[in-house]
Amino acid sequence: MNADAEVVLSLEGITKRFGGLVANDAISLTLHRGKVLALLGENGAGKTTLMNILFGHYVADGGGVRVFGAALPPGNPRAALAAGIGMVHQHFTLCDNLSVLDNIVLGTGGLMSLGRGRAAARDRVAALAADFGLAVAPDARVGALSVGERQRVEILKALYRHARILILDEPTAVLTPQEAEALFATLRLAVARGLSVIFISHKLHEVMGIADTCVVLRHGRVVGRVDTAATSRAELAALMVGAEMAESQTAPGPGGPMRLRLDGVSAAGLRGVTFALRAGHITGLAGVSGNGQAALADLIGGAVVPTAGRIEVDGATPQHWSPRAAIAAGVGRIPEDRHKTGTVADFTLAENTALETYASRFARRGLMDWAAVRAHAERVIRAYDVRCEGVDQRIRLLSGGNMQKLILGRVLEETPGIIIANQPVRGLDIGAIAYVHGQLVAARDAGAAVLLISEDLDEVMGLSDVIHVISEGRLSPAFARGTMDRTGLGMWMAGQGFAHAA
Amino acid sequence: MRLEAVAHPSLGRRLGYPVAALGATVLVAAALAALAGADPFAVLGQIVVGAAGSKFAALETLNRATPLIFTGLAVAVAFRARLWNIGAEAQLYAGAIMAVLLGTGMLGSPWVLPLSALAAMLAGALVLLGPVVLKVRFGVDEVVTTLLLNFIMVLFVSYLLEGPLKDPAGMGWPKSAALIKEARLPRIVEGLRLHWGFALAILAAVVVWFVQTRTTLGFEMRAVGANLGAARFAGMPVTAVLVKTALISGGLAALAGWSEVAGLKGHLSADLSPGFGYTGIIVAMLAMLHPLGVVVTALFVAGVFVGSDAMSRAAGVPTYMADMLLACSLLFMVLALMLARFRVVRG
Repeated sequence: MNADAEVVLSLEGITKRFGGLVANDAISLTLHRGKVLALLGENGAGKTTLMNILFGHYVADGGGVRVFGAALPPGNPRAALAAGIGMVHQHFTLCDNLSVLDNIVLGTGGLMSLGRGRAAARDRVAALAADFGLAVAPDARVGALSVGERQRVEILKALYRHARILILDEPTAVLTPQEAEALFATLRLAVARGLSVIFISHKLHEVMGIADTCVVLRHGRVVGRVDTAATSRAELAALMVGAEMAESQTAPGPGGPMRLRLDGVSAAGLRGVTFALRAGHITGLAGVSGNGQAALADLIGGAVVPTAGRIEVDGATPQHWSPRAAIAAGVGRIPEDRHKTGTVADFTLAENTALETYASRFARRGLMDWAAVRAHAERVIRAYDVRCEGVDQRIRLLSGGNMQKLILGRVLEETPGIIIANQPVRGLDIGAIAYVHGQLVAARDAGAAVLLISEDLDEVMGLSDVIHVISEGRLSPAFARGTMDRTGLGMWMAGQGFAHAA
Repeated sequence: MRLEAVAHPSLGRRLGYPVAALGATVLVAAALAALAGADPFAVLGQIVVGAAGSKFAALETLNRATPLIFTGLAVAVAFRARLWNIGAEAQLYAGAIMAVLLGTGMLGSPWVLPLSALAAMLAGALVLLGPVVLKVRFGVDEVVTTLLLNFIMVLFVSYLLEGPLKDPAGMGWPKSAALIKEARLPRIVEGLRLHWGFALAILAAVVVWFVQTRTTLGFEMRAVGANLGAARFAGMPVTAVLVKTALISGGLAALAGWSEVAGLKGHLSADLSPGFGYTGIIVAMLAMLHPLGVVVTALFVAGVFVGSDAMSRAAGVPTYMADMLLACSLLFMVLALMLARFRVVRG
């Protein structure tokens, strides 16, 4: 590590407990002026908790924070702001109905200074934008901006408040590879001007590309502190999961007959989509979030009916399309959001297992057979290794991975011919990810047609037999396994390629 | 100050806080009694004696609890599905109107009682159906529509009592003709004031509990209330579930009005309900929307009202004491239930 540069931020023995869980266990780290420090770790490793303590959203149970040599009072976001810490959250905190300029100056001026200093503010924003390569129109309404542009506004907001330390929480999760490159260019400009950056990610290649040093967290502890110049992706991955792991490569699927076909289907968010799902194949859907993935999943899952075009399941067009019709037609759905649509938090595991099949499998003449539901749930819990206290436990207390395993079991136990897996591993730790992927591959090998929707290109490229890219509701042609690299897919994700194809 | 969820609340925690809430309510009541210039212990004692100190008092409490069980159930069923039915008062009057329409000679024995009960439930269901259709079709907030329907219905009842339903022999008073004997709910024990409406209310609570826990409809109603998005995603017929919930809720509230007319009053007047529909919300909330709990909390609320009436006569403390007591008990109980599940953390 570079000991010459001034230390701008140091965390000293930060400990934070939530009930019995130790989220941060005596974590120490130092950030030097003009450096990028990557905070690497699986979901649940304690990265976000640590940053929330730093920014004053939580108060640590032990340890302290020093910024530019001075102790930072705990639990006070204002103090963090005043000390020069700027945070860009994963989920933006912008007002859609205000202009870029309004968003940036919001909260910086006193009530009495209304309207004054606006020209000066505009000049400063323009200067910052030019200095840091953050091109964005100051008078545009934020609601009309793309995700990448909104992120630039967030960064400008932090810079406008004289941030000397930028914290970015998984900033590339929502960006195309090209947008991510632009972000990295901005970060390089920032460190060249003496700013310091904490970059939270679990994408190894980004960390290797942008960071000077890397602190790896696992189960709330610092397990590694390495200079990126002197390490490798494999070593970082090993630190993250605690064991050497080879990059998995899935064997190609057997292939088989066509199970589902969309023919020129349009719906809210989808424009003339034509594609097919084959038995024994995993079809990957890549794309930046919010480009129609949710609409496509809803469409196939029955939540949305097409406004134009045709759906064919096993060669026949269903008369009536609804979630129930889709389930009856053999569509298994792993929803994007476990909490909002996948489960009912206050219901027991048993009740959650029966959410889709209570009427068809577990009821007679309108009366629930709870004994059968519980027996079924016991089976799912055993077969899918759901760690829990029992089927009568409320599902809200389960970790994300165990919740997802229960959903997976609920879906796969019905042996669906078609499986829609929408972001199936989002927010899971590496062990759970491997488990979910293994189950999807097993279902594919058993003859299911799997649609894998993910924003993680590595996941899509690693598992899919066929890849489509979705952009602004349009679907790219099918790319067979191994025929497209990251850059090629990235171009389609950014919307290029469609012009030629049309 | 922040709240942190307690993952596994202990039994002591879950019982301790509600008991403390009851204690706090009693303390506030004592303070209020002292403020009114009376002896706090005497006042509290008189409330208890007035509610349950004699056979007459206890039966009076049971009678008062009857409509509260019905409206409490109506609210509990609807709220469980996140259907905010604030209109139990209107549905109650719809049931009362039916009791009078069919019970004043149009029908005879033995059909008049079951038929007027059915008609009452149907009328109450229809009163709630309108707001629910507006909700599922156009997204109209049912809190507003059901609340406002209460006032419309009360005015409609006034019109009926001044017009079509006015008792010709009523010396000009705005009340309906009396029900025929066959249309009256009999007493459970001859000579005591308690009528079969109370038994019916208990039965209704058991039926609602059974429906909620043992039937597919109950499962759907709970799922729709607990997570609408998940219910919809799972393929539950959400609109149909909400409509069925409305029919059950409206029907239950209507039985409150029907049993008051057929069991207690024997005729309809504009002061039939001293806000039973609204008090049903307190009853349901105190019971945490549990149908069997509603019976318990309805008895508690009825006891506070009846006991306060008696106390007021004896101690000269205004009967508003009852409202204060209920308001405090609800606020403290809501707070206690939150504190049982969350822990307050400094910073």
